[in-house]
Amino acid sequence: MINKPERPHTVSDTNELILARDRQLEDFSGFLDVDGAGGLPSLKASRKAAIERFAEIGFPDRRNEDWKYTNVAPIARTAFARPTGEIPYIDAAELAPYRFGDDSSPRLVFVDGRYAPSLSTNGATTKGVTLLPLAEAVRTRAADVEPWLGQCLDDTNRPFAALNTAFFEDGVFLHLEKGVRVESPIELVFIATAGGDTPLASHPRIVIGAEAGAVATVTETHVGVGEGVSLTNVATEIMAREGAHVFHYRTTHLPDEAFHISTLAVRQEGKTDVTSCTISIGGRITRNDYHAIMAGEDGLCALRGLAKLRGREHVDNHLRVEHAAPACESREYFKSVLEDESRSAFTGRIFVHQIAQKTDGKQTNSNLLLSENAQADSRPQLEIFADDVKCTHAALTGQLDEDAIFYLRARGLSEREATSILVRAFAGEIIDTIKVDALRELVEERLFSRESSIDAGAPGKSGALQEAV
Amino acid sequence: MNNIPHRTATNSKTQTQNSELRTQNSVLSTQNSELPHMSRATPETDTLQQWEQSTYKYGFYTDIEADAAPPGLSEEIIRFISAKKEEPEWMLEWRLKAYRHWLTMEEPEWHNVHYPPIDYQSIIYYSAPKKKPQLDSLDEVDPELLRTYEKLGIPLEEQKMLAGVAVDAVFDSVSVATTFKETLAEAGVIFCSMSEAVREHPELVRKYLGSVVPYSDNYFATLNSAVFTDGSFVYIPKGVKCPMELSTYFRINAMNTGQFERTLIVAEEGASVSYLEGCTAPMRDENQLHAAVVELVAMDDASIKYSTIQNWYPGDENGVGGIYNFVTKRGKALGKRSHISWTQVETGSAITWKYPSCILIGDDSVGEFYSVALTNRRQQADTGTKMVHIGKNTRSTIVSKGISAGRGQNTYRGLVRVNKGAQGARNFTQCDSMLIGDRCGAHTFPYIEVKNPTAKLEHEATTSKIGEDQLFYCNQRGLSTEDAVNMIVNGFCKEVFRELPMEFAVEAQKLLEVSLEGSVG
Amino acid sequence: MLEIRNLHASVDGNEILRGVNLTVNAGEVHSIMGPNGSGKSTLAQVLAGREDYEVTEGEVIYKGRDLLEMEPDERACEGVFLAFQYPVEIPGVSMNYFLRAALNSVRRHRGEKELDAVGYLKLVREQSKIVELDEKLLGRAVNEGFSGGEKKRNEIFQMALLEPALSILDETDSGLDIDALRIVADGVNKLRSPERAMVIVTHYQRLLDYIVPDFVHVLVDGRIVKSGGKELAHELEKQGYAGVDAGRAVAASS
Repeated sequence: MINKPERPHTVSDTNELILARDRQLEDFSGFLDVDGAGGLPSLKASRKAAIERFAEIGFPDRRNEDWKYTNVAPIARTAFARPTGEIPYIDAAELAPYRFGDDSSPRLVFVDGRYAPSLSTNGATTKGVTLLPLAEAVRTRAADVEPWLGQCLDDTNRPFAALNTAFFEDGVFLHLEKGVRVESPIELVFIATAGGDTPLASHPRIVIGAEAGAVATVTETHVGVGEGVSLTNVATEIMAREGAHVFHYRTTHLPDEAFHISTLAVRQEGKTDVTSCTISIGGRITRNDYHAIMAGEDGLCALRGLAKLRGREHVDNHLRVEHAAPACESREYFKSVLEDESRSAFTGRIFVHQIAQKTDGKQTNSNLLLSENAQADSRPQLEIFADDVKCTHAALTGQLDEDAIFYLRARGLSEREATSILVRAFAGEIIDTIKVDALRELVEERLFSRESSIDAGAPGKSGALQEAV
Repeated sequence: MNNIPHRTATNSKTQTQNSELRTQNSVLSTQNSELPHMSRATPETDTLQQWEQSTYKYGFYTDIEADAAPPGLSEEIIRFISAKKEEPEWMLEWRLKAYRHWLTMEEPEWHNVHYPPIDYQSIIYYSAPKKKPQLDSLDEVDPELLRTYEKLGIPLEEQKMLAGVAVDAVFDSVSVATTFKETLAEAGVIFCSMSEAVREHPELVRKYLGSVVPYSDNYFATLNSAVFTDGSFVYIPKGVKCPMELSTYFRINAMNTGQFERTLIVAEEGASVSYLEGCTAPMRDENQLHAAVVELVAMDDASIKYSTIQNWYPGDENGVGGIYNFVTKRGKALGKRSHISWTQVETGSAITWKYPSCILIGDDSVGEFYSVALTNRRQQADTGTKMVHIGKNTRSTIVSKGISAGRGQNTYRGLVRVNKGAQGARNFTQCDSMLIGDRCGAHTFPYIEVKNPTAKLEHEATTSKIGEDQLFYCNQRGLSTEDAVNMIVNGFCKEVFRELPMEFAVEAQKLLEVSLEGSVG
Repeated sequence: MLEIRNLHASVDGNEILRGVNLTVNAGEVHSIMGPNGSGKSTLAQVLAGREDYEVTEGEVIYKGRDLLEMEPDERACEGVFLAFQYPVEIPGVSMNYFLRAALNSVRRHRGEKELDAVGYLKLVREQSKIVELDEKLLGRAVNEGFSGGEKKRNEIFQMALLEPALSILDETDSGLDIDALRIVADGVNKLRSPERAMVIVTHYQRLLDYIVPDFVHVLVDGRIVKSGGKELAHELEKQGYAGVDAGRAVAASS
């Protein structure tokens, strides 16, 4: 039998996952009594329901098709603790390399999932904008939070999203009133510390509600500080009412041992534009889950992602984009560059409901394998129940074009330089879509300054070489 | 679920299909491991039943002249089948091994097809081909059936044969078969029924049977291994180009195959063969389980081209009746520069579940899959391929065209895997769907797994509909809407049709037209 | 040959044609001119049988029969040809296959013998010269990858091939440069005959320099507001459509 899965799930793995699940359930009862509700009575019930859903699914093993390419056992078997006591001191200078805004723009910083006022700035407050740490918002403005919190996150088959609902202690509440336009990006920074006695897990929740016609850009930056194991399990909800535009960027800068799980849940009404771009750098296991529902006509949803992997890093992007209304456009572009023994996975499903005529959906996954031991798995999927639709997907996997490298070398570049230029060109198609200049520059800097088997080459992108893979 | 042998006993070509998609799916298959919701008993109770049967059915063996086994599946039934076929002991042992393994398996659920639970104990697993009541002339045949034959362009004589009308001696399968057999024998080609091969060429069968699809492969293939009744065996010796396409012969000879065929084709070094199977006559049977297995083995520089036209009865507009077609087809490109090519046109069956696959082991071997799958009425198809690249510089091509009409649900599911050692592997996949009407569905689930950086894989998929403006344009030039739809659908399938032998291509085209009837307008 | 009486048509509830009257006899060339949105193309599409438009009132008699009762393909077989403003692409279906099927469908309808491949190719060779169409294009899928000019020439070529009794040219001049325009117009002129009628829908007068119409009608807001001889086209050129009094519709005469 040639085709059995290469790493079959062993009984001990499964037992481990069950034990890990039970540990979460035990943790929960303690947590709920102490800190379950904040100021929002319904939250307690939501948390209970979420932990029940988690109890049902447990930590997924690889027989779960959604987790076929990611083994969560290393996460499950770690006994994470929730952070307690004082928020550890973080030198602002440590954050400097990951920050791009100046102090005039609002910035909220969290350490291990807890709000750190000393590192945050409120920036210039714009009228019609509510930007608060979530715990505070729940405590002081429960009625304002309630219509948004948990409204678009479907954790039925998403165990980590369920854990987030069960355990989140803080996060961000951003509300934009009708027609409000926020010019400068709202910067959210999450720091995961490592190296203490016990590895810490945090479950930050970000809730973004944009009323009709509102426009804002939100950046989510995840930074790991210190060497060692940590888990960030973030869930972000974006709800865009008629005509709203929300631009969301997420970058992760993680040390080798960090685990990062994210869930992005989007719900769009008509004529909205929600764009999200995720750049993944570092970390041991990164899993990005997306679930977008386009519930009004003429919406646009664009999801992009870029991962540059080395060592034994693992990045898994898992998307479900639902066209639940006619004439919407969705775009998913995901790329990975793989070195060493790294591994990337992509699962993208465009789901077109029967009502969603005139859907225009496009999905592309491209993987660049730069090492013999790297591996890329790709599942671009279409599920279509309407007939008047235009849906395409494409997947490309390969290495750099020898001819292109040769061409550059014939012009006097070293092989390393040539390779680097081509990799940049490949990555550029995602990076160039970042509209916040300072963030884009920072991402370029971080991506290509990392130690790598490939030297950072001359900057610049060569359009002619875009087809290199 | 009943399993009466095909009423049209003289049905021309046989039909074998099969597949599986075990790899990616074995993972899934146990995902929702609630109780298997079918009435198959647990292994324990089964064993008990067997025991009961074996004691109480003492006369069972002696009743070897019986035409049919009683419904149900047990070791006794398997012994009965084996005895009926006068099989050697090792064959029986293999069947029993498969059966015992099957008892431990669960019916897969990962697929995107839905059907009521199958009661495996109510199926009759062996039934000698019944003689159909002979009709005296075409006048007595169901006129709707004749209309279909006419549309397919089947010659009158053959229509008679298909409909079970007594035919001229020219069409006597035995004599025709004999003629071909002589030609083939001169070339050294063995071409016979599987039952005959088990008796006449046991060394070859023993060597290759199950070497591509092991008895334990998947639920339906394992069932087949236990109970297969017949099928074809082809052996092309070293350096021989099979002097004829094996379709014509097959079409006439293999009229009475059961629902569990097993086909094995072996092409030795430098040999080549083109094998065609098809069923162009719509079957009028009730729901039937059809679980076939096809295994291909190609040695160095050998080439096997396997073409299928499948048009089992699809059931009616309300989804009543129709064949459940669960088939496992797999080819092993074992030798260097070997070449395996699957071409399929799937228009029939209530449920189609098949993934003709290529395991590319030999360096520079080539695998191909060209498919047209059409679902109309309430048909469901979950079909595609697996290309597993193991050898160096192996290449594969996948061209899949799915057409959904009526309330049909059409799923492409395909795996392309490049193993670590497969330096320089190449794959190109083109996967297009067409929707006709707004109550059908088209789904595309590719799996692409790459473990070698020198591999180059491209996958493209599109979904389209036949535009109102396209139809209007054709109408404006004098073409009826039906003709226009047929023309556009045929254009959509062109890349696959051109892989079919000429005669089949025409048949396939007509078949699509018949299958699409009533889907537009 | 064609008689349109009080034709009203709407799309999605918006009335586009509001009572068109027009009579076209064999051998005549009529030009329908009008500003954008006046309903010119709608009229052409309604005559060809496009289902997007709902005829709410009026009648159209073609060769003594009720045209509106006929399916689009039946109209085509009966000799109504529409040269499309935007010819659609049909991937996978080659021009040759398409044309032969269309030709034989029309011929069958007329009780003529169907053409075999040889006969078809011969006919194509002759007719393609009329509009200087590169025969290589016929090996490609219908209209796929054709330039704008090639598409328009292809339409006239098909007209030549199918020999319709009534040809309706919908903005055939749009998007053509002067050379292409001349080629198309020459093709059309070659097809003029006492048995055939043509209705040329255009926004600009320029095509009418090459194809001289017998009658010109001005369509404004879904009604023919003025009819006249070819000189009317020049008048419009000078005064523009604004100069036409929309209030006093003049029944078309012929």
